[in-house]
Amino acid sequence: MIEVIDQLDQVAAGGPRAGRARRIWASTWPKLLAIAIVLVIWQIIHLTGWKKFVFAGPGATLSDLFDQAKTGLFWHAIRTTVQRAVLGFALAVLIGSVIGALVSRIKPLRAAIGSLVTSLQTMPSIVWFPFAIILFGISNSAIMFVIVMGTAPSVANGLIAGVDYTPPLLLRAGKMMGLRRWSLWRRLILPASLPAFVAGLRQGWAFSWRSLMAGELLVIIANQPSLGVLLSSDQDQADAPGIMSIMIVILILGIIVHTLFGLADRSIRRRWGLDTTI
Amino acid sequence: MTAVATQGAEAVQLVGVTKVFGRGDQSVVALEQVSLTVAPGEFICLIGASGCGKSTLLNLVAGLEQPSTGTVSVAASQVAMMFQEPALFPWLTAAGNVELALRARKVPKAERRQRVVELLDLVRLAGFGDRRPHELSGGMRQRVALARALAQDADVLLMDEPFGALDAITRDTLHDELDRIREGRPFTTLFVTHNVREAVRLGDRVVLLSSHPGRVAGEFEVPISHPRRIDSTSVAELAATITDKLKEAMAGS
Repeated sequence: MIEVIDQLDQVAAGGPRAGRARRIWASTWPKLLAIAIVLVIWQIIHLTGWKKFVFAGPGATLSDLFDQAKTGLFWHAIRTTVQRAVLGFALAVLIGSVIGALVSRIKPLRAAIGSLVTSLQTMPSIVWFPFAIILFGISNSAIMFVIVMGTAPSVANGLIAGVDYTPPLLLRAGKMMGLRRWSLWRRLILPASLPAFVAGLRQGWAFSWRSLMAGELLVIIANQPSLGVLLSSDQDQADAPGIMSIMIVILILGIIVHTLFGLADRSIRRRWGLDTTI
Repeated sequence: MTAVATQGAEAVQLVGVTKVFGRGDQSVVALEQVSLTVAPGEFICLIGASGCGKSTLLNLVAGLEQPSTGTVSVAASQVAMMFQEPALFPWLTAAGNVELALRARKVPKAERRQRVVELLDLVRLAGFGDRRPHELSGGMRQRVALARALAQDADVLLMDEPFGALDAITRDTLHDELDRIREGRPFTTLFVTHNVREAVRLGDRVVLLSSHPGRVAGEFEVPISHPRRIDSTSVAELAATITDKLKEAMAGS
């Protein structure tokens, strides 16, 4: 009987695996179409001659991008920015997770710090820069500081929410199994809060990326080319194709990370059976 | 006042147990002066309308709650519990869920793998170990939950309407499975249900609880030999008698 049920389940799950190529195409074509639409509108605006001397068309911008891609400076800048993003985000995740874990575990901390964490989140991260520059000077540390202040609350909140919403039934089941304190935390509460934690990471990343970009425009460190430095020097030279090509790079980096988070989120949802779109 | 492990002849004993939730005007008496003695290996079915404190009684035996007055003694080191929902952990496979119960008991790793295979085999889920809970049917999930409860190697198994959400055929199959498994390992069972026939089909004794507050309104021995069928005449007759009593108890409250 079980075998029959099993086969029925497989039929319900979509029968034989749908063509992988077709699925990839189905998710790709809307994106390609979106790019095409943007290019067409961009080109039309360019053709109308609007702000002719400062507005670059797609042709000039893309050829500028290709030219820049041949220079070492361009890649050096991307490397610096990506390194800062990774380091700052990692630091924020570490700090946010520790705070989240402590706040969710210790009741008095909960009342005191819980609301503080939430209110910190409402603070636009750029506001931290004057303070950070006074504290750390024009340095990487100032940028890292702002990234952490912007990101850690989201990460902590994600973890706290996950712990709070651990289904009570699962907690009862875990306690009946003999899971206590540390083992209950490690084997039940932590894994149960994974989806909310990942949602917190995702939101935290968005804050990180914004803080970093603001930081690179405000905190310009000599001899350390970054995407922000390129952007502001292009601004000084009124180099429209340059600015727009760096913006495209920033956009692409953002999309790549966003997609990675999306994949992680989807894979968790699929494994847990939360995905209703199958 | 607290649950104490005793070495007596009873597996579970409740003496004059009252459980009150809340305080003052807001208080609700869930159970009043409930006394119940369960022999080792006995299968007790608790039956009653909603609000009769059946689940509270199980929680008291499980040690998840403490009685307001009276004593609850359980002569078992391990008490396992099954719920109406399977309550499986969605981030683990079927095997992982069973293994976690073994891990909580500190069973060595090498032994765990072997035990998981045996337990899944016992509930007839051999080969389904690597499935995630959502990939299994409702009946199969309850089988995993049963395997997980058995993994605790408990002397007392508490079952809170475990088959309540299943269709009749699946439920019937699981009744047979439960009988078969208890032949090999006759653990003491407290089984809560709304379904009088199910109670008579499974139990050695059926305990009737009245509602608001929950009191023991009657006890019935089930002198029907195994194997039993839920649709047999003897089960139906006793179920009818108990249903009449149940209606009286409900009318009286």
